[in-house]
Amino acid sequence: MDITFDHVSYTYQPNSPFEHHALKDLSFQFSSGSFVAVIGHTGSGKSTLIQHLNGLVQPTEGAVSIGSYHLQAGKKNKKLRELREKVGVVFQYPEHQLFEETVEKDIAFGPSNFGVGEEDIKQRTKEAISAVHLSEDMLQRSPFDLSGGQMRRVAIAGVLAMDPDVLVLDEPTAGLDPRGQKEIMDMFARLHKQKQLTTVLVTHSMEDALNYADHVIILKDGEVYKEGAPLEIFKEKEALQSVQLDVPEVIEFLGEVERTLDEKISYQGQSIAELAKELAQVVKGGRDHE
Amino acid sequence: MSSSMMIGQYIPAGSFIHKLDPRTKIAIIFFFVVIVFFANSVMSYGLLTLFAVGSAFATKIRVRYILKGLKPVWFLIAFTFLLHLFVTREGEVIATVFGWELYREALIQGSTISLRFFLLIMVTSLLTLTTTPIEITDAIEQLLGPFKRFRFPAHELALMMSISLRFIPTLMQETEKISKAQASRGVDFRTGSFKDRIKAVIPLLVPLFVSAFKRAEELAMAMEARGYKGGEGRTKLRELHIGWKDYVVYGLFILLMAGLFLTRN
Repeated sequence: MDITFDHVSYTYQPNSPFEHHALKDLSFQFSSGSFVAVIGHTGSGKSTLIQHLNGLVQPTEGAVSIGSYHLQAGKKNKKLRELREKVGVVFQYPEHQLFEETVEKDIAFGPSNFGVGEEDIKQRTKEAISAVHLSEDMLQRSPFDLSGGQMRRVAIAGVLAMDPDVLVLDEPTAGLDPRGQKEIMDMFARLHKQKQLTTVLVTHSMEDALNYADHVIILKDGEVYKEGAPLEIFKEKEALQSVQLDVPEVIEFLGEVERTLDEKISYQGQSIAELAKELAQVVKGGRDHE
Repeated sequence: MSSSMMIGQYIPAGSFIHKLDPRTKIAIIFFFVVIVFFANSVMSYGLLTLFAVGSAFATKIRVRYILKGLKPVWFLIAFTFLLHLFVTREGEVIATVFGWELYREALIQGSTISLRFFLLIMVTSLLTLTTTPIEITDAIEQLLGPFKRFRFPAHELALMMSISLRFIPTLMQETEKISKAQASRGVDFRTGSFKDRIKAVIPLLVPLFVSAFKRAEELAMAMEARGYKGGEGRTKLRELHIGWKDYVVYGLFILLMAGLFLTRN
């Protein structure tokens, strides 16, 4: 689904001493099927932004469109339920939302709230549990007996079982070990392609933004600071550092190569092995000139 | 989070009253509550009101905030007044409205009881407005200290109070977070039948309890790791001191009591 923000502002507790402008006149859009990374320092408005995507909050000013659903300041949307079925949100530390006696019931919770039939739910539960790489034996266990990483996967499966068109991920890998992080991110990338989802990823990891996203939005104090293709964005080292963000390691390294060897290698998502080969060629080639 | 839900509505203003020892404030309020019931003349009520209003101004907190804090009790005060107006049937009739007789005693009783009510609530709310919750618990621990001899767990009580106060905002944040997560999974907390809404609370309560227990366990472990073993022989980071300001207040209060007993009928 196409997502459009049209001059969206959001204010917490307006007209009180605790008034806080979380989003200020935010405008951007991305088309159906894109993988967007939202980056920003703590307090830049990322979490507020994603809460607009399924109508948990309403813009104080401006309008948000998600596909055919519209959230407009001051107007009540009567189709919030439908919207929430279409937009699945994986919150930070989603394992905190588990509550059922068995993993199966917890995964089925979302779809049954949206009135999906029983047969269908069974099917979806199985699909979801295998999508997050857990075995079906787990379904009958209590979610509270699982390890932290497994609980996270069960919670994600609970969102996937809703079969959403838009997947919103709020730092889905926070607090996992590096291997778990990669597995989960690869899983989301695969689902994104397979189901042609529109994915919005909130992250602190520049590496993840570079590896998985095709569009990057950098927020600063509730405003769009930079926006564009990841490769373009991550070239601007100074601009990033001024909002306390780092350049991904790969880009940093290639920049270093360019400065010391005066040879340009452009990054197009190569693996480390491929880059090493290219670099070897450059170095050898350079020697040939001498 | 809405500001009306704030607990312990401490407002820093750095006034004379803020800087008083919390024990002084608690003691004064305790005795004030007692002497309010001794007033029985216009002058004595006037003195008490003067003291309460004077203290309120001395806090340097804007009157608007103080009155806002009293919002929930205005209704109670008005209700008490009206109740007395209708129920008390003593003294002479001073007016008749549509066949209903207004008695003199009813008017007097109604106003004095409402005024007492107002004074009590006003003065106690000044305590929470000018004293941080942690100061109040420290003071309570000290004031209850003498009862330790009778095995009264003063330290444990104060510890429990400060821990629960500390975790109120945390739990509120957690509640908001989980209710948003469940709303995203299609739970509707706002509409539906009564039964549906009760059912909708379960997905909120279970995770909340789970995390509260987890937090309690972690806190206990962290305390033990840092050598906590109860109140025995424990020194304080914030020590309470009675200073000249407190003596001034005690002096004023004794004057108030003397004035009160002189102006009584």
